[in-house]
Amino acid sequence: MSLLLATLAIGFVFAVLTLGVFLSFRVYRIPDITADGSFPLGAAVTARLLKEGWDPWSATAAAIAAGILAGMITGSIHVRFKINAILSGILVMTALYSVNLRVMGASNLPIDASRTVFAPLESLSGRIFGESVQLFGRTVPSVDLGMFLGTAFAAVLVGVALTWFLHTELGSAMRATGDNPRMVRALATSTDRMIIIGLAASNALIACAGSLFAQMQSFADAQMGIGVIVLGLASVILGQTLVGPVRSIGLAVAGAVMGALLFRLLVAIAIRLGLDANDLKLVTAVVVLVAIVGPTWLAARRPRARKEAARAAA
Amino acid sequence: MLRLESLEKTFNPGTENEVRALQQVSLDFPKGSFTVVIGTNGSGKSTLQGAISGALDLDGGRITIDGVDVTRWPEHRRARLVGRVFQDPFAGTAPDLTVAENLALAEKRGRPRTLAPLLRGARRGAWRELLGRIGLGLEHRLDDPIGLLSGGQRQSITLLMATLTEPSVLLLDEHTAALDPRSAELVIALTRRLVEGCRSTTIMVTHSMRQAATLGDRLIAMHRGGVYLDVAGRDKATFSERELHGLFAQMRRDDRFDDEAVALARSQYR
Ligand SMILES: Nc1ncnc2c1ncn2[C@@H]1O[C@H](COP(=O)(O)OP(=O)(O)OP(=O)(O)O)[C@@H](O)[C@H]1O
Ligand SMILES: [Mg+2]
Repeated sequence: MSLLLATLAIGFVFAVLTLGVFLSFRVYRIPDITADGSFPLGAAVTARLLKEGWDPWSATAAAIAAGILAGMITGSIHVRFKINAILSGILVMTALYSVNLRVMGASNLPIDASRTVFAPLESLSGRIFGESVQLFGRTVPSVDLGMFLGTAFAAVLVGVALTWFLHTELGSAMRATGDNPRMVRALATSTDRMIIIGLAASNALIACAGSLFAQMQSFADAQMGIGVIVLGLASVILGQTLVGPVRSIGLAVAGAVMGALLFRLLVAIAIRLGLDANDLKLVTAVVVLVAIVGPTWLAARRPRARKEAARAAA
Repeated sequence: MLRLESLEKTFNPGTENEVRALQQVSLDFPKGSFTVVIGTNGSGKSTLQGAISGALDLDGGRITIDGVDVTRWPEHRRARLVGRVFQDPFAGTAPDLTVAENLALAEKRGRPRTLAPLLRGARRGAWRELLGRIGLGLEHRLDDPIGLLSGGQRQSITLLMATLTEPSVLLLDEHTAALDPRSAELVIALTRRLVEGCRSTTIMVTHSMRQAATLGDRLIAMHRGGVYLDVAGRDKATFSERELHGLFAQMRRDDRFDDEAVALARSQYR
């Protein structure tokens, strides 16, 4: 039970990450690999500032600001110099690796668990529930419950905020930019600016997730960004499969959150069943590939679809 | 008032694929005028529209709208003053957004995109009435994603969107060419009504001689990046659909001759 709560707590933090990837991938159709750099950037900035004596909230806010900056740089490289979005992301991700090492001054920086945004939640939970709680007939340390509730609140808050944002004038113009950039320019809005703002917001969420993850694990590590974008994509795609092809943005956002949780659970189960943690990234990449290619491949193999395709070609 | 002075555009200069798409084009369009542009394929009609909308960089010349020099304005900034409808009926709307969201984005053309909810205070009633007048049963579809609608329906809405804020200039580039005949009829009827009801200086490109004969108060024929014929008012009214077909055939023949012969043939139409 405690393991389940901890797994879900990580899942909720990854949901914040997933919502960032949702913004770049679903809204702009850009798989923005800056994520692999901005996630550890959020962690590094937070760890460093906590070490300097900042309070956890300010350190988390600074991590978000750093993510905004990273996204703006990727976006600016992409639109100003007309460099392919993925290449722009690769450049910034690579640069951020060095930046993160500089920020931390080492490849790994510990965080004092009693001085994180989760600490007050955990002690509050302890005061309310006592040392441990009975949950579905099992005993759970109240600390884990506090962490679970805190991260769940964060994920829901970010999900609601993102849904609201995508319905504003700015957010709608951003969706239209992903849909039909020519139309947006014809309606007197700079698509360049929309893309820069969008990638900034996306990386803000990703850096925020990195910051929360580091505070949860009590350390930041230069390597912790590897494969983050693929993990985010896996969750986004899983969520898309869960809720189906929906029109409602709120549902799509909820799907992304559920996708992140489900993905985390599947990973935990797989490892329990004996999957070597070292093989995890390989498995994740294969899962993403299958999830992207699978549906079209299956559709093309269905006899009726093939007949229709043949008729269309004729 | 739209003024074009010595517009010049050459594609692939200095190569064997060099095309002088605009050759010293100078034209004045009075406020609220409605000009129809015809010309053979590749004569420079879309290039001219691209130059006005800013989608294209000019090699030379000057463009002023209502006295403001906009030559160096980027496309999105110029779009505050210029409404556009493209040939592709799907190019003017965002398919995943609803009809209402598309209209709302168009209604706030030129204003900063803020953090206010897009559809707060939306003029649903007015929009429903505008949509109802198109006559395609669109008044009940405000909350459908626009991607579900047909090309003709989407092109009609694009036309509404382009005129909603009454921009100084309205550019229509073969906006009925990709539609079936009935939809094209409807969109042309709507064009006539909207253009006559607004003060936008309108330039419409078409390959339909019928449209050219029956619409607008001025007719410009383009040929090889230049103006071949420019008639307005009563002179334009005298051109029948058949005469325009004759003019068009002449221009097509001219395509095969050099510039001198063209100048000669052209003098016959003066
Ligand atoms: N981006 C481009 N690169 C190279 N050449 C171009 C480009 N755009 C247009 N041209 C050339 O410029 C000339 C004018 O093209 P334009 O599109 O303005 O013609 P048009 O009058 O709109 O023709 P149509 O009736 O076929 O739409 C053509 O010869 C065309 O091949
Ligand atoms: Mg054209």
